[in-house]
Amino acid sequence: MSEDHTPATHDLGGSARFRCTPVEHDEAPPDAFGKRVDALRQVLAQKKLMTVDELRRGIESIPADEYFQLGYYERWLRSIALLMQEKGHVAPEELR
Amino acid sequence: MDAVTEAPKPRFAPGAAVRVKDDWPERRGPCHIRTPHYVRGRTGRVVRPLGAFRNPEDLAFARPAPLLTLYHVEFEQPPIWNEGRPGDTILIEIFEHWLEPQPVSKEA
Repeated sequence: MSEDHTPATHDLGGSARFRCTPVEHDEAPPDAFGKRVDALRQVLAQKKLMTVDELRRGIESIPADEYFQLGYYERWLRSIALLMQEKGHVAPEELR
Repeated sequence: MDAVTEAPKPRFAPGAAVRVKDDWPERRGPCHIRTPHYVRGRTGRVVRPLGAFRNPEDLAFARPAPLLTLYHVEFEQPPIWNEGRPGDTILIEIFEHWLEPQPVSKEA
């Protein structure tokens, strides 16, 4: 971890790099990929294999350069994969 | 998160002056915190307790999570963002363990 006052990647409030960006008001519905990722998250939550708090923690652990390259549901999927490996439900080679 | 009726008694009343702890757990290792970086060490005012919720910092790691009181805390905006007009405020949900009493006489 850095010794300076750089906040965590997801902790974006007050960041000058986003200050002049207009607020996006278009609430685009999730595409087919997004819907599948959300369905996966819901099934895993129903089976008590993960929570949204864990999902968020996994998203926040994505390194900054990847974090900003990945789309919204891609971050979810990355976190889900991390959590399922962490808990031993899937092996890394199963996800290749 | 589910609000729980058997809540711990709130430590702070509406109107109480509080200081957000100047703590940076993200520099000590993996964590999940809901307290934005820009209010750490800042002084605000409790608007009201919102109920008790299980600590997301523990839930995020599937650990047993105690019930903690969550508050709406209001801050003056200009000193935090370096923009805005006097009277502009920021309202943030903050868990009790991040707050400490602030003597009213002491200016933020």
